[in-house]
Amino acid sequence: MGVTDGGPDRSRFAAPPGPTRPEFWRSPLRGPWLTAVLGLVLLVGVTLLFVTGLLSYASYNPDLAPVNDQTPDKGWLGFYLFPWPTSPYWLYRVNQGVHVVLGIVLVPVLLAKLWSVIPKLFEWPPVRSVGHGVERLSLLLLVGGAGFEFATGILNVQLHYIFPGSFYVLHFYGAWVFIGAFVVHVASRLPRALRSVRRAGAPPQAGTEEAAGLVSPRPAPPTISRRGALGMVGLGSLALFAVTAGQSAGGWWRRTALLAPHGRDPGPGPHGFQINKTAASVGIRPSDIGPAWRLTVRGPGRQVVLTREELLAMEQHEAALPIACVEGWSTSDQLWSGVRLTDLAALVGRGSDPSRALVESVQRGGPFGSVVLADNQVRDPRSLLAVRVNGAVLSEDHGYPARVIVPGAPGVHNTKWVTRLTFGEPA
Amino acid sequence: MNGALAFRRRYGASPLHLLLVLASFALAAYAGVRLLKGDTLGVALWFVGAALLHDLVLLPLYAVTDRAAQYLFRKGAGAGDGSRPTRPSVNYVRVPAFVSALLLLVWWPLILRRVGHYTAATGLPADVFLGHWLLITAALFAASAATLVVRGLHASGPRRRAERRRRREARKAVK
Repeated sequence: MGVTDGGPDRSRFAAPPGPTRPEFWRSPLRGPWLTAVLGLVLLVGVTLLFVTGLLSYASYNPDLAPVNDQTPDKGWLGFYLFPWPTSPYWLYRVNQGVHVVLGIVLVPVLLAKLWSVIPKLFEWPPVRSVGHGVERLSLLLLVGGAGFEFATGILNVQLHYIFPGSFYVLHFYGAWVFIGAFVVHVASRLPRALRSVRRAGAPPQAGTEEAAGLVSPRPAPPTISRRGALGMVGLGSLALFAVTAGQSAGGWWRRTALLAPHGRDPGPGPHGFQINKTAASVGIRPSDIGPAWRLTVRGPGRQVVLTREELLAMEQHEAALPIACVEGWSTSDQLWSGVRLTDLAALVGRGSDPSRALVESVQRGGPFGSVVLADNQVRDPRSLLAVRVNGAVLSEDHGYPARVIVPGAPGVHNTKWVTRLTFGEPA
Repeated sequence: MNGALAFRRRYGASPLHLLLVLASFALAAYAGVRLLKGDTLGVALWFVGAALLHDLVLLPLYAVTDRAAQYLFRKGAGAGDGSRPTRPSVNYVRVPAFVSALLLLVWWPLILRRVGHYTAATGLPADVFLGHWLLITAALFAASAATLVVRGLHASGPRRRAERRRRREARKAVK
């Protein structure tokens, strides 16, 4: 069902000299086989990126409360949302690691794919028919959308916020603009791509239907084979994997992530694991977390105020859980200890049916100073208001005096420097 | 001529193509309105810029660089005294340069220290990335050089062995 190439009207328009002429493009590598192989890799990779992206979006439970929702205008684009599970506890960690590492590893494949079809950008006449014009507009959404998603994602994981708006808004809506054009492109090109990959032997003659406008009519002598060129792209992907994936694997592997933002540990000892935002960077003052700090626990019609000593006097529980960030990095499991969220709910009479909780931090600024945890997150016995980690009192950068840790939740939902917990529906 | 063929002649593709494209445009418009809601001009520029960055900026840059490298390795360049049976391929430069440039393209904000608040946020030093990238680049070119030497020795092996044998026989003949 693709738009056919050539056509009876073509000879009527003489292409001006330059890139609009097929003979301007001289690489002997270009042809349907190479484009099809790269396209099939991207088909699998981009599908996986889209699915992990949708899961990542769902993990924030944006439907639960306005404070969780970075994209309140989403409308029907959130149609698939579901309560994010707490088991398996590594679900978010693996999902984000795959999303970010795969996105980075696909960069050379995407570039090679664009290189392989460059003659089509300049094809002459620029628009042959209504169908062809419509398809080219769709390709603008496809290529622009792909570039936009890769650029915003890669910049965001490096904390380089130069894009024009909130990352969540741009990356989420951009993905939906892109994916429609992606489906159209796959539907119209997949049959031809499969035919091209199966077809062995010499590339088709330039100008034929089968050549799809990709084969040069005046090829230069080859300096690398087609398989060699694919190998070079693969080597590029492998190199990017090698300097990136360690920040998601953690442990010994972290040191191999030579160019990734979280490729080293901040120090030895019980607090030597990754920090998303230090205390200083979100305006925590010594007085906020000093002896005057209090934890306020609220329920319907009841309120309890605890000092740190009173919190420590409650029954302490342990949970080994990772911190996993939307940016793809994560820590291996850390041993947290503190008070169960269900025990804190019981203080205000919500012991029998603990429900959602609004968690508020003393931090100043930043979009994640407070969060609403869902019923299943509050009820999980591994969900703690932690006061210790790996046998030591929490450090300031890890949320002293108390932080939330919830299995499977995105890192920013494990609120640090907690000062107030409100159980039940907001009053 | 049946209806579908007539449609194809006027439109240029099948009716299914038109329907799918229209569905995708409607979805893109639904999401696009939301995407453009804030900084409309900025987002539009980023989107169109992302579509053109590779084709109109990166491709001309790397194509010209690649041509220059090919010129250096072309037949006839260098001594060309006939004693070397094979000339080294341009790929000994092309492959490590490609991998190094790719790493820079993805990680330039950290490598070139464009992220001022990196250390404040993460508690990690920001000055290691340029050094890492330079050392990786050095290792890539060194590995390529090692491959060139090993392949060179391998290829010229029979010729050098023949040469040694000839010299040995010549010495014997003198005795």
